[in-house]
Amino acid sequence: MTATTETVRSPAAAAAPKPSKVRAGSRFPVYLGVGLITLLWTIPSLGLLINSFREPSSIRATGWWTVFGEFFDSATWTIQNYTEVLEGGFANAFANSLAVTIPAVVIPITVAAFAAYAFAWMEFPGRNLIFVTVVGLLVVPLQMALIPILRIYTGFELNGTFPAIWLAHAGFGLPLAIYLLRNYMGSLSSSLIESAKIDGADHFTIFTRLVVPLSVPVLASFAIFQFLWVWNDFLVAIVFLGYDPANRVLTVELADLAGRGEGQLSLLPAAAFVTMILPLVVFFALQRFFVRGLTAGSVKG
Amino acid sequence: MTTPPIETEQVPVTPAVPVEEGAHDHTPQVWILRILSALVVPAVLVLFFFTFDFLQQRDINKLVQVGVALIVGVLGVWALYWGMDRLVNALPSRAAAGVRPFAFAGPAMVLLAFYLVYPAVNTFILSFQNDAGDAFVGVANYTRIFTESTYLVAIRNSIAWVILVPAVAVAIGLGFATLADKLPRKSEAAAKSLIFLPMAISFVGASVVWTFIYRFRPEGFGEQIGLLNAIVVAFGGEPVDWLAVPLWNNLFLMVILVWLQTGFAMVILSSAIKAVPEEILEASRIDGANEWQVFRRIVIPSIASTVVVVWTTILITTWKVFDIVYVMTGGREGTGVVAQQMVTEFFTFNNDGMGAALAVILFIAVVPILVINIRRFREQEATR
Repeated sequence: MTATTETVRSPAAAAAPKPSKVRAGSRFPVYLGVGLITLLWTIPSLGLLINSFREPSSIRATGWWTVFGEFFDSATWTIQNYTEVLEGGFANAFANSLAVTIPAVVIPITVAAFAAYAFAWMEFPGRNLIFVTVVGLLVVPLQMALIPILRIYTGFELNGTFPAIWLAHAGFGLPLAIYLLRNYMGSLSSSLIESAKIDGADHFTIFTRLVVPLSVPVLASFAIFQFLWVWNDFLVAIVFLGYDPANRVLTVELADLAGRGEGQLSLLPAAAFVTMILPLVVFFALQRFFVRGLTAGSVKG
Repeated sequence: MTTPPIETEQVPVTPAVPVEEGAHDHTPQVWILRILSALVVPAVLVLFFFTFDFLQQRDINKLVQVGVALIVGVLGVWALYWGMDRLVNALPSRAAAGVRPFAFAGPAMVLLAFYLVYPAVNTFILSFQNDAGDAFVGVANYTRIFTESTYLVAIRNSIAWVILVPAVAVAIGLGFATLADKLPRKSEAAAKSLIFLPMAISFVGASVVWTFIYRFRPEGFGEQIGLLNAIVVAFGGEPVDWLAVPLWNNLFLMVILVWLQTGFAMVILSSAIKAVPEEILEASRIDGANEWQVFRRIVIPSIASTVVVVWTTILITTWKVFDIVYVMTGGREGTGVVAQQMVTEFFTFNNDGMGAALAVILFIAVVPILVINIRRFREQEATR
């Protein structure tokens, strides 16, 4: 292989066919290594998926791998676990998770977008100092906030209400949101903003008509990050919503089921998949945005 | 939350902001208006959310609640900002220029102050108080943490977690990214998706997934339904209660987090590897370097800064891990970690003082990263 046959790799050439960097003969160990790790990483969730569709009695009696002997026997498979799980509180928990997640994603985005615009395009006293504080707050563990907020909420009897957890999630998500959005908005062309100003647009118009539409990629990245974080959150949910069955979100319901022991074992796989289904759908549908969302803070773009 | 450290290359090109007249006005009237403009949006939001009985009724249709919350969250908040902007317009133009930034950035600052800054300060104070938070006890909580074995074990375990989990996740992620890079595009994409997939799963969900790997039944109590014990038994061994084996059980719990985080490391390192210029790799191959030497001498140095970023990000996530231990063992059998112990203290035992002290320990450990982040940010801003 010589350099002349190589395609120069650049972001623009991403769609071009990939150069074969390794001779066909030496590919085998690479396939073996990749295949082995992929298999190891897939087996746990694959096993759970298989188990979730098995008869409850067989889930308790034998391992999921035994299905390969009776794979085409229709008696092996059932959706009974799913119906049982949904009727047993997971449908309600799913609705609760949606009720918690959607506002907890939307509210911080709006609030952070206005703030990010001000940090990027307005001059005001304390601007840099406040923004540095926001950068500092990025790494403050959420645990530092739980006890005092719980005390305030308890004092005003707000604990266990949805608005209480929406605003808590909004507050905890704000530092990353402001940081990401401000860096992105700040990198927009200043001549664009200036010319809009010369045309007589005020800040509010520039923000809604120009900056927000141009910031859609970073808004989407943060939205996915925050969605995943809130949907999968367990800590904030148990502290501010608690174990009250009416209020449980999916993670709390699942943790509760997992703690009930051997008797509920056959329901666990189906229950786990009910909690995972939405993130997995988002993952497969929006994989590119998804990865970008998760890596938004640590890599460019 | 994964709170990613700031990458050095990320240089935000922040433009020079044209200073409007009045932006730096410091008269008391302007400051009062600024504070008011910052408070209006959060105040209206809180009043709306918490006074409408409707949103507090738990038996009401959830989807109606979501609908209302969405309308309020998007349109309502937007309308509030719009209304504030109109109000600011009514001011004399000089005052308006001074107040407007606070109408934009203020609500976020108020929320941050209420949900992060104030609680953090308060947690520091609480950590020197008793369980009910009504009397000061000096450093008694900290003394307990550094003398009683439960907490010492938790600290030991947490340190082991942050040493091992990021190292293993980065090593596997890097190895996988390097190998997958040599595959045809489609196989590479498919393999990478499968490794990345656990990132979509909650820590609680992952714990359930691994329950069916670690499950243990004593001999004579039926077939093993845990994969690991089934393998052990198939090879003639005796089943092991993996999560009860001292010290080793910590490793088995760490595996779960490695499983979750490797995808993150792999994706970021993979894009860093692809950014290494192909000419340099080819040139070294022509000079007779084998694949290992190319990797060791060219690829590794080129991606070193990305490795540091990935490592720190996973390290912070690991340090704050709570769900896995809480769900799998509840911290029993010597598996406690600081973050889980913190929740157990204040949530299960209602000991706010101990919970606060453990939270402070969690926080102090990340202060160096906080300082580095701020320093890097300042450097970026200085060079912009």
